[in-house]
Amino acid sequence: MAKKTKQIEEPAVDLVTLTIDGQEVRVPHGTTLLQAAEGAGTEVPHYCYHPGLSSPAMCRLCLVEVEGAPKLLPSCTTTAAEGQVVRTQSDPATRMRRGVLEFYLLNHPLDCPICDQSGECELQDYVFAEGREHGRGRDAKRVLGRDDFGGDVLFYGDRCVMCTRCVRFMSEVEEKPLLTVVDRGNRAVIDTFFDQGLEQAEWAGNVVDICPVGALVSKDFLYKARAWDLKHTDSVCPNCSQGCNIELHTRDNLVHRIKPRTNPEVNGHWMCDYGRGRYEWLNRGDRLEAPVVNLEGRNRAMGWKPALEALKARIEALGDRSVKAVVSPFWSNEDIGEVTRLVDALGGGSVTFRSPRADDEVSLAGYEGLARRKDLAPNTQGAELLGCVRVGDDAGQGGLDDLADHDGVLLVLGDALDDVPDVVAPNAALVVYLGAYTSSALSEVDFHFPVTTFAEQEGTFTNHAGRVQRFWPALSGPGTARPAWLVLGALMGALQNAEGPSRADHAFGLVAKAVKSYKGMNYETIGAQGTPSQARETVSGD
Amino acid sequence: MGYPYSHTSEVPIISEYFGDPEARTLDGWKARGGYQGLQKALEMSPDNVVELVKASGLRGRGGAGFPTGLKWSFMPKTKDKPHYLLCNADESEPGTFKDRELMRWVPHQLIEGCLIGAYAMGAEHVYIYCRGEFFEATQVLAKAVEDAYEAGIIGDDVLGSGKKIEVTVHAGAGAYICGEETGLMSSLEGDRGEPRVKPPFPAAVGAFGMPTTINNVETLAVIPHIIKNGGEWYRQWGSDKSPGTKLFCVSGHVNRPGNYELPLGFPLKDLIYDVCGGMIGDRALKAVIPGGSSVPLLSAEEAENCALCYEGVVEAGSMLGCASVIVMDETTDIVHQVTRMASFYAHESCGQCTPCREGTAWVTTILQRIEDGRGTEDDLDTLVELTEQMTGTTICVLSDSVAAPVQSSIEKFRGEYLALIRRGERVGAA
Repeated sequence: MAKKTKQIEEPAVDLVTLTIDGQEVRVPHGTTLLQAAEGAGTEVPHYCYHPGLSSPAMCRLCLVEVEGAPKLLPSCTTTAAEGQVVRTQSDPATRMRRGVLEFYLLNHPLDCPICDQSGECELQDYVFAEGREHGRGRDAKRVLGRDDFGGDVLFYGDRCVMCTRCVRFMSEVEEKPLLTVVDRGNRAVIDTFFDQGLEQAEWAGNVVDICPVGALVSKDFLYKARAWDLKHTDSVCPNCSQGCNIELHTRDNLVHRIKPRTNPEVNGHWMCDYGRGRYEWLNRGDRLEAPVVNLEGRNRAMGWKPALEALKARIEALGDRSVKAVVSPFWSNEDIGEVTRLVDALGGGSVTFRSPRADDEVSLAGYEGLARRKDLAPNTQGAELLGCVRVGDDAGQGGLDDLADHDGVLLVLGDALDDVPDVVAPNAALVVYLGAYTSSALSEVDFHFPVTTFAEQEGTFTNHAGRVQRFWPALSGPGTARPAWLVLGALMGALQNAEGPSRADHAFGLVAKAVKSYKGMNYETIGAQGTPSQARETVSGD
Repeated sequence: MGYPYSHTSEVPIISEYFGDPEARTLDGWKARGGYQGLQKALEMSPDNVVELVKASGLRGRGGAGFPTGLKWSFMPKTKDKPHYLLCNADESEPGTFKDRELMRWVPHQLIEGCLIGAYAMGAEHVYIYCRGEFFEATQVLAKAVEDAYEAGIIGDDVLGSGKKIEVTVHAGAGAYICGEETGLMSSLEGDRGEPRVKPPFPAAVGAFGMPTTINNVETLAVIPHIIKNGGEWYRQWGSDKSPGTKLFCVSGHVNRPGNYELPLGFPLKDLIYDVCGGMIGDRALKAVIPGGSSVPLLSAEEAENCALCYEGVVEAGSMLGCASVIVMDETTDIVHQVTRMASFYAHESCGQCTPCREGTAWVTTILQRIEDGRGTEDDLDTLVELTEQMTGTTICVLSDSVAAPVQSSIEKFRGEYLALIRRGERVGAA
């Protein structure tokens, strides 16, 4: 069962009213001034505060003026009180920030031109907004140099602002205290313990995300792209059934990195290293680019219209045949839904899928409900809810022995059957493959249809807990590749003389009709953060 | 009695047995009236003990001068959580050496004070956090604690009262910042010695997350005497706002430096010229740091009329702090002294808060440059401005401690800075 202990209920909320920068704000009792200001649309600059971590109030950047207080107060730990008058932009507050920013730059190398963080750097942003025009430091800067922290993490000590978010993440959230502060004063530096580096961690990539400056950077991303050239697209991690909300960062139609997107119901601010590191398959160059149809023993590339007409003609010529389908749980609900609809339209048959499973879960100790799940496919739950049956082993292989004698129609979606040594279903009357890549097993299929991956289309995955979550196209598909649901919808439309779905939300509408626990859902209600279904009651998944 | 020198103006209460090795032992301490205060306290109700301390007007001797009885009364009366009393024996302020002597000569006096405090606040455990470099003092204290355990004074049944109080002597690893009360707690818990944000205050969430009170060695050492003799008795010395006596640690260019126990309000001038036997070689007085190196300097004129009590030193333009009087004569190179102090604080900054981490080091670098004759007049403005940026902007007051001497020395001895900057002229240089 999902370990959702957080009850979302409306407690009797005590509200307090305070004034922030002249604006009256009502916030629940216990809200910090920083959060209250954020709610009022004012960002108080901060480094050490992070919503997913404890607040040591040590960066001293978020100090604000509170009427009646003798000193400026840290807004990250001071809670809002009735009648408080808070000024974030008053002279003492801005003067203090200017001073603190000057301290930050004193030993900073200002190597923005070669820094990966440049463009998404909070030091850059704050200094541009409020810093001094010229620094007064005339002395040699402290030099700490670079350090390999292990795993994917590289440390540039000179850029560090000592906010200790990384140290706190490792000790409070991952609960593997692999990072620490060594020495004190301005010799203080973040470090690992001797030879024990972050390669021992499973969630260390998050320290790169939460580092407000370019001190912790990803080796994988190092020097690959400038932040301002990257397009950010909301998506869902495809590397396990947890369904962490992510952003795909792309440039030149390639995914350059995956970053977590905050969703308190699924992954908080975090994601695992396993998921983060597996995006290269989305950038594969050996893609199917045009429909290829086997006509009289010869493969011919052609446009969609003749290809679909040829397929329609083949299906109609075959008459009633048994139908089998193999789908991939890496494809969306909309795609799999259209496969099941087509199978039903052709008289019904088994729809199976294969998915890889790991031996164990990798849970994030300090964040309940978040783990790299055993189930390594993003949409197993969605496939099962659509009536598909899992076959094969935990490597996501095998389980297709019944295809050897199959003499009817075989539909394959997404699964490139890399593990199948010989030609798949040699006795089948018709084999249609809709996928992104091909393999030797698929060399003799009748119809090769190039379709887009989840990263190239709009759609939904259903995570292990039955939560339906949307993703958006981050890349454009190669050649004439189209979403599978669009291709299959067009085919069915042609077969039945009806309109197939022409938009992803139409396709989802058909899925929502077919699956009881999706009742009432549509793209609007799912939104950017997803919607839970009642899936867990009906299906045994993870 | 002062140590190593004494003077007739002294009122030796806690320092009476300085230099008397007999007073170190349990029997010796008992023969000198020891543990009578504890016996008396145990016969009173804890609340009455707190009231008595309140009545004495005793103020914390660690530097801030917060009324001790009031502090004790902040401890919650509920018993759902363990309460702790911490004794701050991490005496590290440059110029201060009173707690070390109290631990070396009269360890049982401190233990007695700790036990009374623990009883008054319902604490079952006292931690005495000793400065890491105090090897001898820590050993003497640890031996005294051991003897007191054996004699049934500490333990499950304190002096047969049925009260349980444990005492642990804990040695730090040598860090100035562990003398800051919340930094001490972090260190005691095994973490880096880093001060914590207040609120929550220690009386609510202190050591190990439990209600905690932390007192200075000297504060606790005087408690047995107050219990034994009463609050009014203690108030016969000192002023209304600063009752009692205080150990003054005098160092620098005087003929007889050392610890002297004097009534609060004692004239600074008399301390230097009478008690301490005047300036070495009868040279002229230049400046005095009245309360440890973190307080503003007093010029010779300001020192002239300064009364050594909490309010008197504030009036003169500085702070009493822990009454560590550093006396400097005319040969003193103020720039060098201030640089030395700044480098101490830069070295001891824990590095959490940005203004302190970067500021203390920057101030030191600029001062060193000025000392080397490579300074500019702009540097003085920069120093003043950036020490302002370091005042009141951090979790603890370490960074303010650098700011005070730097600002006051530039204000009062600007000429010396300018001489170095303009002509490379150094005071006292051969």
